[in-house]
Amino acid sequence: MITGTPKPIDEILEMVAPYDNIIVAGCHGCVTVCRVGGQKEVEVLSSTLRLARESSGNKIAIKELSLERQCDPEYVESMRPLIDDHQAVLSIACGAGIQFLAEKFTKTPVLPGINTGFLGVTERQGEWAERCQGCGDCVLHLTGGICPVTRCAKQLFHGPCGGSTAGNCEVDKNVLCGWQLIIDRLKALDQMENYVKLKPYKGWDSSRDGGPRRIIREDMI
Amino acid sequence: MLPCTGRIEESLLLKAFENGADGVMVIGCLEGDCHYVSGNIRAKARVKRVYSILEQIHIGAERIRMYNLSAGEGAKFAAFANEFVEKIMELGPSPINVMREKTSEKAPEEETL
Repeated sequence: MITGTPKPIDEILEMVAPYDNIIVAGCHGCVTVCRVGGQKEVEVLSSTLRLARESSGNKIAIKELSLERQCDPEYVESMRPLIDDHQAVLSIACGAGIQFLAEKFTKTPVLPGINTGFLGVTERQGEWAERCQGCGDCVLHLTGGICPVTRCAKQLFHGPCGGSTAGNCEVDKNVLCGWQLIIDRLKALDQMENYVKLKPYKGWDSSRDGGPRRIIREDMI
Repeated sequence: MLPCTGRIEESLLLKAFENGADGVMVIGCLEGDCHYVSGNIRAKARVKRVYSILEQIHIGAERIRMYNLSAGEGAKFAAFANEFVEKIMELGPSPINVMREKTSEKAPEEETL
């Protein structure tokens, strides 16, 4: 899922300061699962803003809503009839959702209510960890299902660096060495032949290096 | 009517302040005694999150408090209620109510859940 963290209330209050009639828009996708931008968070954030603004003598009216997904046009369009009646939209979807709203509703400011994080997993309730950087050229079949791009701080492709000590990475003693994890997993899978295979240089052109990416599936258009 | 404090969401607690409460007491079963296993523990975490929100927006974290009681502890309940009411009287009306008083505005009518 795409993870995120709430922005500090003070930062959000500063963003919405010029407005007194806004929409707070959540998303039922990833941000609901990581408890930062779903219907419940819309309700909490809206109440918080109303309380803060009213107690400072500057009331704000808030329309609360939550779309199935803010990254799909059909759901985003369902908001259109409400847009002209409001001065701004505070979105607590991921950065993709926020930008999609801004693209569709060009005359209304769309403000970010969360800081978008990374593509990750829920390790336990309340703890999420990064697993994928979307490099566009997956090698997980060769690395025991552990991504060297994400799990190795240096994104190495041919084993650990000298900073790997007792299974931990030199960048932080609480970060596991990605390559140690890969080697342990390959041994467990009896696939160590994959470790000694020489891999050609990774082509980073499928990653961010070529600017914003686009996927076109001709068979679906 | 809530069957368990585990049903209490942060938004419900904040709504009480929006509806004009000067303070909110959340009273759950004794820890370890929840009929639904961990409802009161979940409520405790939610109340904590609301503390933090109330503090950040200068309403005051002390305006909300969670107590754990057994249904057989009537006298203790009364003592806790008196203690909390005294504390809130000491704090005075919440900043929302102070502002409403100034602008002679009433709290919005309570919504039916």
